[in-house]
Amino acid sequence: MMQSMPGVPFNLDAVPTVLKDSATEEKGETARLSSFVGALAITDLVKTTLGPKGMDKILQSSSGSVTITNDGATILKSIYIDNPAAKILVDISKTQDDEVGDGTTSVCCLAGELLREAEKLVDQRIHPQIIIAGFRKAATCAEDALLAATVDNGGNADKMRDDLYNIACTTLSSKVLSQARDQFSSISVDAVLRLKGSTNLDHIQIIKKPGGSLKDSYLEEGFILAKSLGVGQPKVMENAKILVSNTPMDTDKVKIYGAKVRVDSLARVAEIEEAEREKMMNKCEKILDHKCNVFVNRQLIYNRPEQFFADNGVMAIEHADFDGIERIALVTGGEVVSTFDSPETAVLGRCEKIQEIIIGEDRLIQFSGCAKGEACTIVLRGANEQLLDEAERSLHDALCVLSQTAKETKTVLGGGCSEALMANAVDELAKSVAGKESLAVESFARALRALPGIIADNAGYDSSELVAQLRAAHAAGKSTCGLNMNDGTIGDMRELGVTESWKLKRQMLNSATEAAEMILRVDDILRATPRPREDRPH
Amino acid sequence: MSIAFDEAGRPFIIVREQDKKERLKGIEAVKANIAAAKAVSRTLRSSLGPKGMDKMLQNQDGEVTVTNDGATILQQMDLQHQIAKLMVELSKAQDDEIGDGTTGVVVLCGALLERAERLIDQGIHPSRVSEGYETACDLSTELLARISDEITLNDTKLTEMKKVAMTTLNSKIVNRFKDKLADICVSAVTSVADFERKDVNLDLIKVEGKVGGKLEDTNLVNGILAIDKDFSHPQMPRRVEDAKICILTCPFEPPKPKTKHKLEIDSVEKYKDMQKAEMEYFQDMVKKVKDSGANLVICQWGFDDEANHLLYKAGLPAVRWVGGVEIELIALATGGRIIPRFSEISPEKLGRAGVVKEVHFGTTRDRMIVLEDCAKSKAVTIFVRGGNQMILEEAKRSIHDALCIVRNLVVDNRIVYGGGAAEIACSNYVAEKMNEIPGVEQHAVGAFSEALDSVVMALAENSGLNPIESLGEIKARQANEKNAHLGIDCMGLGESDMKKQSVFESLQSKQKQLQHATQMCRMILKIDDVIQPSRYE
Repeated sequence: MMQSMPGVPFNLDAVPTVLKDSATEEKGETARLSSFVGALAITDLVKTTLGPKGMDKILQSSSGSVTITNDGATILKSIYIDNPAAKILVDISKTQDDEVGDGTTSVCCLAGELLREAEKLVDQRIHPQIIIAGFRKAATCAEDALLAATVDNGGNADKMRDDLYNIACTTLSSKVLSQARDQFSSISVDAVLRLKGSTNLDHIQIIKKPGGSLKDSYLEEGFILAKSLGVGQPKVMENAKILVSNTPMDTDKVKIYGAKVRVDSLARVAEIEEAEREKMMNKCEKILDHKCNVFVNRQLIYNRPEQFFADNGVMAIEHADFDGIERIALVTGGEVVSTFDSPETAVLGRCEKIQEIIIGEDRLIQFSGCAKGEACTIVLRGANEQLLDEAERSLHDALCVLSQTAKETKTVLGGGCSEALMANAVDELAKSVAGKESLAVESFARALRALPGIIADNAGYDSSELVAQLRAAHAAGKSTCGLNMNDGTIGDMRELGVTESWKLKRQMLNSATEAAEMILRVDDILRATPRPREDRPH
Repeated sequence: MSIAFDEAGRPFIIVREQDKKERLKGIEAVKANIAAAKAVSRTLRSSLGPKGMDKMLQNQDGEVTVTNDGATILQQMDLQHQIAKLMVELSKAQDDEIGDGTTGVVVLCGALLERAERLIDQGIHPSRVSEGYETACDLSTELLARISDEITLNDTKLTEMKKVAMTTLNSKIVNRFKDKLADICVSAVTSVADFERKDVNLDLIKVEGKVGGKLEDTNLVNGILAIDKDFSHPQMPRRVEDAKICILTCPFEPPKPKTKHKLEIDSVEKYKDMQKAEMEYFQDMVKKVKDSGANLVICQWGFDDEANHLLYKAGLPAVRWVGGVEIELIALATGGRIIPRFSEISPEKLGRAGVVKEVHFGTTRDRMIVLEDCAKSKAVTIFVRGGNQMILEEAKRSIHDALCIVRNLVVDNRIVYGGGAAEIACSNYVAEKMNEIPGVEQHAVGAFSEALDSVVMALAENSGLNPIESLGEIKARQANEKNAHLGIDCMGLGESDMKKQSVFESLQSKQKQLQHATQMCRMILKIDDVIQPSRYE
């Protein structure tokens, strides 16, 4: 139904129902109000998780499973929202997650704070387009200030490692892993450095095993495959020569279309069966010709070939999955092989020792002393499933940020330092902007400064006092000052080693401004009739 | 339904025909239709112009779109009224034919109908109104052609083309980045344009997007992107220089004859023969590809592990499951031929590209294959980045609009001036000519001129100016100074001459806008009976 029709003529017939029943339209002020309310609700929801002293949320799904997290993206993904503006915020948080992996809460908070400031300006009867123009100027200025404050240690491997370590510490300090922060920082830095610049995090495998404590987690020197060895296989293999393959080891499918076996007697069946078996055995022989002593296959290995391999002293590992095969190939330097007719050209993978190990109650296969170490395994231990899940998410965030930083090596300071720095630069800009836009520029600075405020609030300190001190310190030229959340004071972030990736901060600033702009530009919300759900019996 | 009016002029209902409004007749029907069309155009009115606002649309499944593209808004509105649906068609027609001005056409149509309603109230028959509109529309398009300027399309000097693209992009959320986007669009179109035949095949320009980064990271790839594809074997090289590409639409499998057949195996020998034949098929296929001198295989179908490994062994990187459209584009760009059977592979059918590589994005497993410096280079891709899904989609739509406009310029290089300048010129001209027209149509022609004014007023209103005042001023100045380049200064630059502000629009787009709107208006005015099937209860 059309909600409002100003200037309706007298003839009531002339009031047409243009939209479908139960499709709605909100216009002008109402639309804007609904956007602001939605966006702010989302911001207020996630903002308590920001910073090193941020709190966690319990998420209960409709099936009853429980997740405990303080990862913004995870929280936003799981809540049900029926407000279009709020959905935009959820989407930027998701993009942040996909693009840099961390800062998902910050981006949402910044966008929310920008809208909160914009709402005040709209109340003062400033047109959204003017606010947008001001925000754009401010965002460009903030980005320039941020870039000017970056430090690039890309050329120096040792310093780079320190940077990465600090970034890992900063990222992890707001997560459940903060109790073992140093240990996990080292783990993640080592893991990422082993990727040698690749950003494909598939090559870092995280194995979660309940039991023990977080402190028992470690980075496996070699590689662990979460599979167990077959019965009767040798349990240890020294100086392994590994043939990594992807081939059916049950029966070979006949690939010629329409082929059909037709026999007239039982004896014939046996003959054909024998031929089939012979073919499989031939394949096994060919595999043996490769002079390997370990055979890893993506697919199943049937008992008979397995038996054959065991008899010939070859360790056979079946069902290693696509990821597993790819990782093993990377770690050991072998080729993934599917045909076996030319043993001389196939490259075998090598490692010093393969053995079956037991973590918790599960048996796993460990590859140690590998030729190439471009993939690795992190074993996570912890008291319960929820803790492990959250630990995995945190570690994933850290790994994402690190791998991105390894590619784009510029870093900036964390702890609200960058925000304060940008805010001061934007404040400077506001002085030189003529017209109403300058109000919007000032608001942008306030929104940036709100972020350290939230961090301080969450830690239970006097945020107004701290943010004011921070602002003064930056104005006095101490551009490395930030919040020290352990003591509740302001301190030099460079000394404390609170470092963040420049790419993360830049992405956060851009996405948040873009999203705020997008929501501000809207003056009309049209909702379609929700698709009727079919209540089918399950 | 009968209505009476009390002494204050308020309506009250005497008899209500309950639920029996399935049929509307005569003037009633015309008026109801006009009201519906007006309601739609009113929604779009605030999106007009560079300072126009966006609409947020939530579709049936709760997905959100933010846009100010008229055609998109209307398509996603959940409409039920027939006339409202016609308005959707109207903006779609403009979108299909021109690609831009979809908001303007609907707003103009609404304004025309509003004026028509008044004339009908005065007792003028709807068909006479239509005829008057038609006359006025002819006058206007004629005038537009006269006041238009030709721009140069030399390969070296594309600045004017770029300005037209910028005018289009100005009203979109991407306007902070319009400079580079306009550059991208112009170079995309000119690189695929056929200037001799004055034709541009927009299929050769692919607009691909991936969430992440920011709008400023958008760039033009001189080649093709195949999103979400990677090399089939994890250890194949990620980069092929000087690629000779074999483009296959047949699977790496033994043939599957279409006729029904059966291959019966009844002895061990035959079984073994078959195994051998199967093996040979694969080796033969790979050999044929290799022998042709290819060093990259792009296949529309998949291939199994065995073929995959053989290809890898033969040093033939391969990409599988490439879609039909992409295959065609790749063939066009690289100058290769699509090869449907292995027996037809020959060296001259291979496509060529400078570099083919696999690129990774962000933290998830997003990969894509990029083919750069293709031999024919007739295809280009605009790769759009953006902070979130909605902005990405909107950017893609904006780029589409800009591409269409640039294409129109290649087809017809005449331009008129934006910012309402063209509308005001038409309005003045039509108003002048009005007195020469005898009969009732005179009023309709006058109404046409007023409707054009009302579009300009909407533009001024959205830009935060006083609509009546600024319209009056510009109209007077155009008449006095005989300068058809004067328009509304939407951006607040203190300059009303649109030629100096470089606000250009293509002549075609403007003409089509007027024609489409007039036609739609005539169609709506011609309807005098609306019969709806009564709904099932």
